[in-house]
Amino acid sequence: MSKIKKWFRVTQVENIPLREGRAVQVGGHDIAVFNLGDRFLAVENKCPHRGGPLADGIVSGTTVACPLHAWKVDLNSGEILNRPENPQCVQTFPTFVENGVLSVEITVKASSNPEASLNCLASISQNHNFSNSASREV
Amino acid sequence: MNRLVVIGNGMAGVACVEQILKHAPKFDITVFGDETHANYNRILLSSVLAGEKAADEIVLNSLDWYEKNQIQLRLGVRITEIDPPAKTVAGDDGSVTAFDKLLIATGSNPLVPPMEGTKKEGVYVFRNLDDTRALLERAGKGVKAVVIGGGLLGLEAARGLQVQGCDVTVVHLMDTLMERQLDLTGGGYLKSKMECLGVKVLLERSTTAILGNGHVEGLAFKDGSTLDADLVVIAAGIRPNVEIARKAGLQVNRGIVVNDFMETSHPDIFAVGECVEHNGACYGLVAPLLEQGKVLAATITGNKGPRFAGSVPAAKLKIMGVDVFSAGDFFDKTPGTDVVRYEDPSLGIYKKLMLRDGKLCGAILVGDTSDSHRYMDWLRTQEDLAPHRRQLLFPAPSEDAGLDVASMPDTKIVCGCVGVTKGTIIDAIHTRGVNTLAQLKECTRASTGCGSCTEHCQQLLKAVVPEFQEESERVLCKCIPYSEEKLRDIVRGQRFFSVQQVLDIYGNGKGCEVCKPALSYMMDVVWCGDHDEDRSARYINDRVHANIQKDGTFSVVPRMRGGVTSAKELRRIADVAEKYNVPMVKVTGSQRIDLLGVKKSDLPKIWADLGMPSGQAYTKGVRMVKTCVGTDFCRFGVQDSTKAGIELERRLEHLYTPAKVKMGAVGCPRNCAEATVKDIGLVGQEGTWQVVVGGAAGKKVRKADLLITVESTEEALQAATLFFQYYRENANFLERTYDFIERVGIEKVRRETVYAPIAVQQGLRERLRKSKRLARDAWLEGDEPRHPTQFVQIEPLEKVMQ
Repeated sequence: MSKIKKWFRVTQVENIPLREGRAVQVGGHDIAVFNLGDRFLAVENKCPHRGGPLADGIVSGTTVACPLHAWKVDLNSGEILNRPENPQCVQTFPTFVENGVLSVEITVKASSNPEASLNCLASISQNHNFSNSASREV
Repeated sequence: MNRLVVIGNGMAGVACVEQILKHAPKFDITVFGDETHANYNRILLSSVLAGEKAADEIVLNSLDWYEKNQIQLRLGVRITEIDPPAKTVAGDDGSVTAFDKLLIATGSNPLVPPMEGTKKEGVYVFRNLDDTRALLERAGKGVKAVVIGGGLLGLEAARGLQVQGCDVTVVHLMDTLMERQLDLTGGGYLKSKMECLGVKVLLERSTTAILGNGHVEGLAFKDGSTLDADLVVIAAGIRPNVEIARKAGLQVNRGIVVNDFMETSHPDIFAVGECVEHNGACYGLVAPLLEQGKVLAATITGNKGPRFAGSVPAAKLKIMGVDVFSAGDFFDKTPGTDVVRYEDPSLGIYKKLMLRDGKLCGAILVGDTSDSHRYMDWLRTQEDLAPHRRQLLFPAPSEDAGLDVASMPDTKIVCGCVGVTKGTIIDAIHTRGVNTLAQLKECTRASTGCGSCTEHCQQLLKAVVPEFQEESERVLCKCIPYSEEKLRDIVRGQRFFSVQQVLDIYGNGKGCEVCKPALSYMMDVVWCGDHDEDRSARYINDRVHANIQKDGTFSVVPRMRGGVTSAKELRRIADVAEKYNVPMVKVTGSQRIDLLGVKKSDLPKIWADLGMPSGQAYTKGVRMVKTCVGTDFCRFGVQDSTKAGIELERRLEHLYTPAKVKMGAVGCPRNCAEATVKDIGLVGQEGTWQVVVGGAAGKKVRKADLLITVESTEEALQAATLFFQYYRENANFLERTYDFIERVGIEKVRRETVYAPIAVQQGLRERLRKSKRLARDAWLEGDEPRHPTQFVQIEPLEKVMQ
């Protein structure tokens, strides 16, 4: 089945307090969105260790510490910083703010619009570096 | 006897007199001072303004000192005229005093740049103790203060006013702060540090007028803009005070001209300090002025020989947390000058050294001035730095901490301001019984100037004093590398009210999950709850007042004081459990009921339905007082432990603590509610209560220590609450009572709580009362959330159509 990437308007930026995260469900993805003061970042709301809700963690610069066992996740890359033996990452999502509304880009099934089905994008959700650079281009 | 008259009762003049007293022959000395205070440390006026020191703490020579040395002190008298042929001076009180030798130490005056309105009410200079007092009186919360001048003094004044609650702006003519001491990069770092503190900085503004009708209302700038102000401090520099010398016909340029022996153009008149010009240079810093005093003392007492050879200019900003040091010459751009540089923007550290012919000629340090001594030494000695080239900015870590001290020769100057050598300090330690820094200051005057050598003095004490005891310093976190004790002083002294402020100034600006909650607690305890609460610095448990579980759900434990409940309460709990499908209802070890597996968004509704206060089971705070049935039903009970326990819980509930505090109250020594293994326990005896503290029955098992035995229940509660507040104020974050007591020692705890002087006890009680007054049941936030999405699950604005 083909998939495409789409932007979704998530919430007014005021709903995410400075240096805190909030959980939101978009299209089957559990996403944690963070307000870092100068920008907003979004990652999968699930720590690779024991599935802790990253949105509830304490933010330090551009990392968040999972509230369960303090695994540290880089919000830019999705990498785990304090467990170098653990190569797992969390998925990151490009973000975008316009008119005070935060949007995130997620991958959805392309059922209605076959010509837009870009197969090559199906694997992009795994490629964190690319998804981040996408956020900068926007 | 020779009559010596000294005009000026400031640091340079009096320091010179101190030196003269060391020489024979004796003089009959009269000192005139136009201020009405004994000699004080002018450098520390900014510390007085910032509330770090009281006015009497900066006195250098008390009135006793003048008396003991038979010096006539004439305070409040301004000398208006010198008559060199007649060898007399005339004062503004009509007095005429004859001299054989005259010492001019008139210092300098604030420079007031030409602008309109400087005479308006509310315009100040910042030069002496009276100016400082006037500023302290005027400053206060919400007062808009503007400091004209972004140099050393202006910035220190700005910070002082801001600590007093003013809303402060520094207005500076140049494009960078402290441009005489720093380069553009250094000035930039300094500016952002000042802005982090909350001081606004406007560069390249030329003030043309002070506005207002009688009283200052604002400033007007050359570019046409204006700025509101209730108070203006002019700190645009100083000018040597040379008027009387000029009138007396002495040679005067910018300052009173002296030669290497500190002689003026008149054989019996000498000058020292800021009013002096030597070899074309005027000095405004302590070290050279004290050096001049020594030379002059030799000259004037007939021991002419030592010369003043000029001095390396050096400056240090005295604002806690904004470390700036600058010395030597760093504007030299001649070829062959090497610049060695280091920057860490996150930590706000900037270091720059200038080397010429392999020798140090200038140094700038911002953000970390711990090495300033090394550089000052290299500037003075002009040592060839070839062997140190790889460690110029960071000394190689020394394995042996005493090695630094051991490698210093005895002649090395430790305190540059007063000129005290290592040898002098060691001598004082051995022959005069010095073993603390305070004694060292008293005895040798070391570290009484700018204070930058304090650390070196302490290292020396540590290395030399036979029974030196070092305070063990455990730093909070690498984000903010200070001990919690030190940080509490910083927070209190610098009046920081938010976690982010402390992190910005003293830490890396980010913090982490270790230091942020610790600093959050510190804010709460230092200000008794009257701080700027920042929930982003709290654990999730303290953001939503419930305990996060392994699956991201929460547990809810309502307060059930003393473990006593009622049928009605139990019915409500049962109803809640059913209504919200609570997966597990469990009786806890603390005589309470735990509802486990609750969704975050259900928390406010559950709290409302329960109608019971928070049991604080999720936080570092007051958990519970576990009780037995005491005298009400038990046939062995000798004290009403249930009532005592409920009352204790009521007095302390809703307060936060360094780590959780579990308590117990038992009605007889059978100890059914296990009070002897609680953080605080009340153990009933026939006719008395034992108050015990520091018990544990967790990872560690420890029998509590006896704090005191008292007769009445009220006395027992008082003793328990005294200990409680003492623990709150002195323990490190996450340090349980049992670790705290083992670290501090129960004897000390008793001495500083139940056996402390009444005033100390009252202080502890008053701060506990204030905290309690501001503490509220955290679950009330269910109705009044601090943030609209505190408990609410965010619904996306756009649904995904699958």
